[in-house]
Amino acid sequence: MIAAIMFFLLYFGQSFGFSSNLRTICAAAGLGKKTKFFDFKWKTQIWNLVFLTGAIIGGFIAKQYLSVDVPVEISAATISDLAKIGIAAPTSLQPQELFSLEAIFTLKGFLVLSLGGLMVGFGSRYAGGCTSGHAISGLSDLQLPSLIAVIGFFIGGLVMTFLIFPLIF
Amino acid sequence: MAKSEAISWFRIQEMFRFQAFHMYGIIGTAVVLGVIGVALIKKFQIRDFSGNPISFYPKDKSVIRYLLGGSIFGLGWALSGACPGPMVVNIGYGFLSMAIVFLFAIVGTFLYGVIKDKLPH
Repeated sequence: MIAAIMFFLLYFGQSFGFSSNLRTICAAAGLGKKTKFFDFKWKTQIWNLVFLTGAIIGGFIAKQYLSVDVPVEISAATISDLAKIGIAAPTSLQPQELFSLEAIFTLKGFLVLSLGGLMVGFGSRYAGGCTSGHAISGLSDLQLPSLIAVIGFFIGGLVMTFLIFPLIF
Repeated sequence: MAKSEAISWFRIQEMFRFQAFHMYGIIGTAVVLGVIGVALIKKFQIRDFSGNPISFYPKDKSVIRYLLGGSIFGLGWALSGACPGPMVVNIGYGFLSMAIVFLFAIVGTFLYGVIKDKLPH
């Protein structure tokens, strides 16, 4: 399915990468006037924006019509590891401790989500792509930079999971 | 994406702890199909709908930006449990708190655009 969307975008003369939408949004918001990086013809990126809109609608449809909102069946090992840092076993797709309305109005909860987002946005543009652009499109084209980027994703992910999580949770 | 649970924070944690094959299966399947498809496009020089050859843009040759940028991305990915695509799927799904993550991802992108020339690439 993911590969199918990639070929669909290639067929329409586009490339598949989600994080470029973040740059496109900055450009569409008129930030190109002050910052050169956002000064490009953002309308050429319209298909990826369509994909973004579709992704929101897709999430909505999945929730309304497809799933029964069952807890994610992660492995027992993960459940016990997460219990140690105070995250209870799944009751739905996301942990209540991080994504519930109560959580986001605490300082820590807000910092987790905002810093997480900030690093994703900054890192994906610095690395020139995210999971879809590098791990899927880039590796499909057997590109070395994408492999390096994916290795980077894992360095960051492992450092966060094993070194920083024990400190913040 | 929602169906495959790739948008779940739990699944991302499980992946970074190497405790299940789930996420590797999803990404692996997409890549294997992708490799085959891209190879076919190149071999038969398939054209897009307006007749232009489909071209693949080689990424810039560099190590530092991919490694450093990738690591920063990885930190954020593990923390928020979402990369940019799944963020918006989550918003559609009803996890409105993900809008905060998405908003700050835009801020992060903007920040990169501003200080880009000062970073090693």
